[in-house]
Amino acid sequence: MGTSFNQPGPIDQYLKYLAAGQFKLQRSRSSGKYYYYPRAFTLGMSSRDVEWVDVSGLGRVYSSTIVRRSAKHGGDFNIALVELDEGPRMLTRVLGISPDEVEIGMRVRARIEPPSWEPAASHPLVVFYPEAS
Amino acid sequence: MSIRGKTAVVGIGYAGLGSSPGWTPIELAARAAECALADAGLHAEDIDGLCASTFYHLFPTLSVSEQLGISPKWSNADMTGGSTFIAQVLQAALAIKAGLCTNVLIVYGSAARSTKDIYGIIDLPLLQASYAPLLPVGAYAMSAARHMHQFGTTRRHLAEVAVAARKWAQLNPDAALQSPLSIEDVLNSPMVCDPLSRLDCCLVSDGGGALIMTSAERARDMPQPPVYVLGVGTAHSHRDISQMTDLTTTGAVESGQRAYNMAGVTVADIDVVQLYDAFTILPILFLEDLGFCKKGEGGPFVADGGIAPGGRLPVNTSGGGLSFVHPGMYGLFALHETCVQLRGHGGRRQVKSPTLGLAHGNGGYFSHQATAILGTGASL
Repeated sequence: MGTSFNQPGPIDQYLKYLAAGQFKLQRSRSSGKYYYYPRAFTLGMSSRDVEWVDVSGLGRVYSSTIVRRSAKHGGDFNIALVELDEGPRMLTRVLGISPDEVEIGMRVRARIEPPSWEPAASHPLVVFYPEAS
Repeated sequence: MSIRGKTAVVGIGYAGLGSSPGWTPIELAARAAECALADAGLHAEDIDGLCASTFYHLFPTLSVSEQLGISPKWSNADMTGGSTFIAQVLQAALAIKAGLCTNVLIVYGSAARSTKDIYGIIDLPLLQASYAPLLPVGAYAMSAARHMHQFGTTRRHLAEVAVAARKWAQLNPDAALQSPLSIEDVLNSPMVCDPLSRLDCCLVSDGGGALIMTSAERARDMPQPPVYVLGVGTAHSHRDISQMTDLTTTGAVESGQRAYNMAGVTVADIDVVQLYDAFTILPILFLEDLGFCKKGEGGPFVADGGIAPGGRLPVNTSGGGLSFVHPGMYGLFALHETCVQLRGHGGRRQVKSPTLGLAHGNGGYFSHQATAILGTGASL
């Protein structure tokens, strides 16, 4: 209903936009609400109600942790939940600063980059850097 | 149709807890089932209903029934993570009450320690897996960080949970960890995912566990004191930690209220409590969400030995997942210890004459919650 199955599915579409350097999320035309992760059908957004729109890439660290790793295995790294200014929250990484400098409430800005960690991915991902950097 | 008090747990058992190299999860489950059958005074051929779940099998009920040589006419292989077996108590109670079967075996096995595989066949959505987030500990670490940020909870509060578990474990001869543990030991332990240190994390064990349920009528003629199923509630809230509405409030609010409502009791009536403790932050959130204290006050509630032997509330009297056993899906052991306590079989760790016990299970990353309230004959 309202979907052509010869078009990419929601996750595939999201990754295709990233590969083209665009950070887009699904938004409900009727309510204006943004969704992450992209979905085929969800409460509040029928498949005919979906539009893909650019997001600002600005957000705030909702929570964060330092995953401890020996230097031999790549050293400590950050994992964070970032709440986008548009509303949705993403599991992601904050880069560009030491993992122990990432704080709840910190303003961050998205970049689209291939992951610098294992597992190597065939597609770029959204990561975040401190807004000022 | 109320199912309050209509069914009971009449057999419990576990086997191969700790380290059992060379044993498969199904073999460990079978030995646990043998123990529970002996405890109930039943034989394998008496089992006509089966609930089973592991992180390693898509067809756990088929594998278990074949191993045991039984042919159940009703089965359930639900998978909501560590809360699964508590949810299955509700399914089993409904199946028995509906007349679909008479004696239900709920069984679990894991070789997580010997195989060094805590994930099994768990599927991770692509957009989680791509960030290599070290789950589940990373998700719980972010919840703990958020609870600290919002409510002033401290690492010392988290450490209190681990120390209380160890003190209970020292009263349980089957607990894996018996050595003394101090707050300082936990604070000085190496970090895994800040703010959670190694000693804020549960064991990784091998082992099998089993329960047998039947109707209340049949339970009265069986060898063990029946432990009646008074109320069970479950709640789904999310799968991915990024989709959890508030990292400091879990679906235990809903699962607990559903269980209290079905049982017709309130939190003040509960005598002994088993809370899923894969990491020290979990019992703090569950104490709040199940109503034992207000939101944000879980830290002070556990402080100064609040949940240790002799404290204000007996919590995780077996030593829990932190010091007794944790093969990956701890919920069955929360139920097991609730039954031990309500039978009065707790030995040195026995709580004085409990009537009502609460067992709470957690699955995923606070993703699914299940709460069971069990009681002695006096609770009916």
